Amino acid sequence: MSLEKAKQSKRKKKRNRLIFRSAILAVLIGATIFAIVSNSKADNSIYREGDLAPDFQLQQVNHNNELETIRLSDLEGKGVMLNFWGTWCKPCEAEMPYMQSLYPEYSEKDVEIVAVSLDNTELVISRFIDKYDLTFPIPHDKTGEIRDLYKVGPIPSTFFINPEGEITEVVNGALTLERLEESLQKIMPE
Amino acid sequence: MKEIKCECGHVNPLGTVLCESCGKPIEGNQHIDGNDDEKLLNMRYDGTARRSKTYNKSWIDRVWSFFSSVKVGIWLIVLALVASMIGTIFPQEMYIPANAPNRDPAVFYEEQYGIPGLIYFQLGFHNLYSSWWFMVLIALIGISLVICSLDRFVPLFKALRNQKPKKHKSFLSRQRLFSETDFVTDHDMETVKKQLRKRRYKITEENGHILAEKGRFSRWGPYVNHIGLIIILLAAILRSTPLFYMNEYVWVREGDIEVLPETNGEYYIENKDFILETHDENDERFREAITQEGVVASNFQTDVIVYKANRPIPGAEPELEPIAEDSIRMNQPLEFDGYELYQSGYQLNEFSNMTFKIHETTDSDEEALASFTVDLRNPESEFELESGFRVVLDQYYPDYYLDDDGEPASETNFPRNPAFVFLVYPPNSESAEVSFLGIGRNIDATGENEYKIGIQDFEMHDVSGLTFKYDRSLPFFGIGAAIFMIGVIQGMYWQHRRLWIQRKKDGSLLMAAHTNKNWFGLKKDIEIVIENTNVNMVTDQQELEEKVE
Repeated sequence: MSLEKAKQSKRKKKRNRLIFRSAILAVLIGATIFAIVSNSKADNSIYREGDLAPDFQLQQVNHNNELETIRLSDLEGKGVMLNFWGTWCKPCEAEMPYMQSLYPEYSEKDVEIVAVSLDNTELVISRFIDKYDLTFPIPHDKTGEIRDLYKVGPIPSTFFINPEGEITEVVNGALTLERLEESLQKIMPE
Repeated sequence: MKEIKCECGHVNPLGTVLCESCGKPIEGNQHIDGNDDEKLLNMRYDGTARRSKTYNKSWIDRVWSFFSSVKVGIWLIVLALVASMIGTIFPQEMYIPANAPNRDPAVFYEEQYGIPGLIYFQLGFHNLYSSWWFMVLIALIGISLVICSLDRFVPLFKALRNQKPKKHKSFLSRQRLFSETDFVTDHDMETVKKQLRKRRYKITEENGHILAEKGRFSRWGPYVNHIGLIIILLAAILRSTPLFYMNEYVWVREGDIEVLPETNGEYYIENKDFILETHDENDERFREAITQEGVVASNFQTDVIVYKANRPIPGAEPELEPIAEDSIRMNQPLEFDGYELYQSGYQLNEFSNMTFKIHETTDSDEEALASFTVDLRNPESEFELESGFRVVLDQYYPDYYLDDDGEPASETNFPRNPAFVFLVYPPNSESAEVSFLGIGRNIDATGENEYKIGIQDFEMHDVSGLTFKYDRSLPFFGIGAAIFMIGVIQGMYWQHRRLWIQRKKDGSLLMAAHTNKNWFGLKKDIEIVIENTNVNMVTDQQELEEKVE
C-alpha cells in the first residue's frame, strides 16, 4: 500500500467515525429533548390560546332564552364567551350580574355569552336564573363531559373564542366588569 | 498522530497497550492501564486502544470522549443517587396529605418543616423527579451508557475476533498463570490438545503456537446488560407521553352513568352498587383486633357496567352499548379494551331522595295529611298532592351552609346536607306558608304556620372513586428487564478462559492462561489437561506476589 493510499484510507476512516459519532449523539440528544419537552407539558391536552375550541352540544335550560340546544359550531361567525360555572360557586355567582349587564348590548354586536352550568339539578339552575334574571343561554353539562373535554379545573373558568372558532383567551377565576368588557370587545366580529 | 508498528510487524492503532497481534506490551503506553510498575499485565479490554483515551479533535470527538469515560458515568450515577435521596427528605408535592391545613406547596412546606421546608420548596425539590435537571441527569447517564458501551464493545469485539495464537514471550510470562517446561514430546502435545477439545476449548494453531479458548460469549454480558438498561430508559421516556400512559380519577354515584375521562367520550360507566364490608367482630380471629382498633374493612367493591358510546358530538345524548359488567374490588381491576378501572376511594351516605309529610302544627301525634318525595338528583319544582295540598319547592340547597352574609347557600354540588324552602298551599288556598327544612332543622319563618312539614323517610347512596388508567409502556419495561437479566446471567455463569501454548523447536514449552473470573476453575481445567504429560503445572504469579509482600 502506497503512502498516499494509506493516508486516504485513514482520512476516510476518520470521516466515517465522525459521521457515526455525530449520528449517535444526535439521536441521543434528540431523545433527551423529546423526553424533557413531553414531560414539561405533562397535560398537553389542555386547550390554550390559539387552539381551536372543541365542538360540543348540550341542552339549553334557561327558560328566558329561546334556544333549545346549544351547539358551539352553530355559533361560528360570532364571538363566543364560554363560561363554566355552578350555582354553589360564590365567585361564579359574583360575575353573573356583569355578564347579564353586558349581554343585551353585545348580543346585538354578534357576541354570544354561553354559560355552561356544572350543576347536578335543573331546579337549582332555574331558581338561580330567576334570582338574577339571566337571559343568555345556559347549557347544562350534567355528566361533566364538556368540563372534561375542556379540562376545566376550579371554576369559574372562561374561554373567549373568536368568530373563527379559535380560543383567544383563557381566564381561570372571576372576571371584573372592566376585564369582561375588554375581552368581549376583542372577540367581536369586525 | 502515528500508528505504532510492533516488532511482530503488526500495525496497531494509537493508544494500544498490548499489541493486537502478538500481545507484546507497547512501550510508552503502559501507563494507560497501569502496567508500568506491575509484573502482571492488566488484561482489561485485552489492551486494545479505547478510542476515548487516544485523541480529541473536533468538538464532537471531545463530547464523545467525555461521555466515554467510565469515571464520568459513575459520577453521574452518584449525582443522580444523591438527588434522589434529597427528594425523599420531605414528601413530594403530589403526596402532600389531603387533610393538610393548607395544601398549597408555597405554604405547606414552610408551615410543616420550617426553614428547611422553605428552602426545599424554593429549590424546587418538591417536584424533583419531574424537574428538568433531574431528567437531564438521567438522560446524561443514558448517553454515557451508550457511548461507554460502544467505545469498549467495538474494539474488544475486533480484538477477540482477530486473535493470533502466536504471542510475544513477554506477553505470556506476564500473565497471571504461567509455566515453563524444558522438554515436551509430540505425544504430550497431542494429549493436551485432545484433552482441551474434550473440555470444549476451541483450538487455533499456527506454527506450533496454540490458542485454546472457551466461553468468549461471557464477555458480551455487560453490553447485553446495557442494552437492557437503555430499553428501560426508553420505556421511561415513552411512559411520559399520553400515548403510553394515562391515569385519571372518576367519582361515580350509585345509579349514575358518567363519562370516562380521556376517552373523548367513547366510554361511559354506570355504578350499580358500592359495597363496603367489614370483618365480623364475632369472629374469634378478629375479635381482639377489632376491640382494639375498631371496625376493619374487609372488602371495597363497586359493581359497574361499562358502556361504549356512540354520539355524534360531545354533549349530545349518547347511544350506550354495554361492553363489560363486573365487580371491581381492591387490587382486582376491571379491564376492557386496554383500559383498567381500579377501586380507589369512596364516600358513604349522600342523600338520594327524601320523603316529607304535612301535618297540623298543633297535632302532637303528627298525623300525616299528605306526603311527597323529593328526588334530590332531579327534584321537581311543584307537587300537587291528593289531599288538595300544593307544595312548591322554592329553594333547594344540596349541601347547606350559611354563607358570610348569613344567607343560606350550598357549599358543594352534592346532596350531602340537603336543605329546602317549601311553600305550602293548603287546600283551596292561594296564600302560601313558608317552611324551611334541613337535617336537624325545621324552621317556621313567621311562627304562624298552620301546617308543618316533617321528614318522614329518606334513602341514601354511596359514591365510588375509581382510578381509570392504562400503561402501555409496561411490556417495554419487561423486555428491558429481561434483556438486563440475560446480560447478567451471561456474564456471571460463563467465563472467558484462554490458554496460550508455545512450543519451540527444541521441545521447550511456555504455557500461559487468562480468564475474566473464576481462576480456580481455569486452574482445574489446566490440571486435567496436562495430566499424564510432562507439562509443568502453571503457577499463580499473583498469589506468589502477594505471598512475597
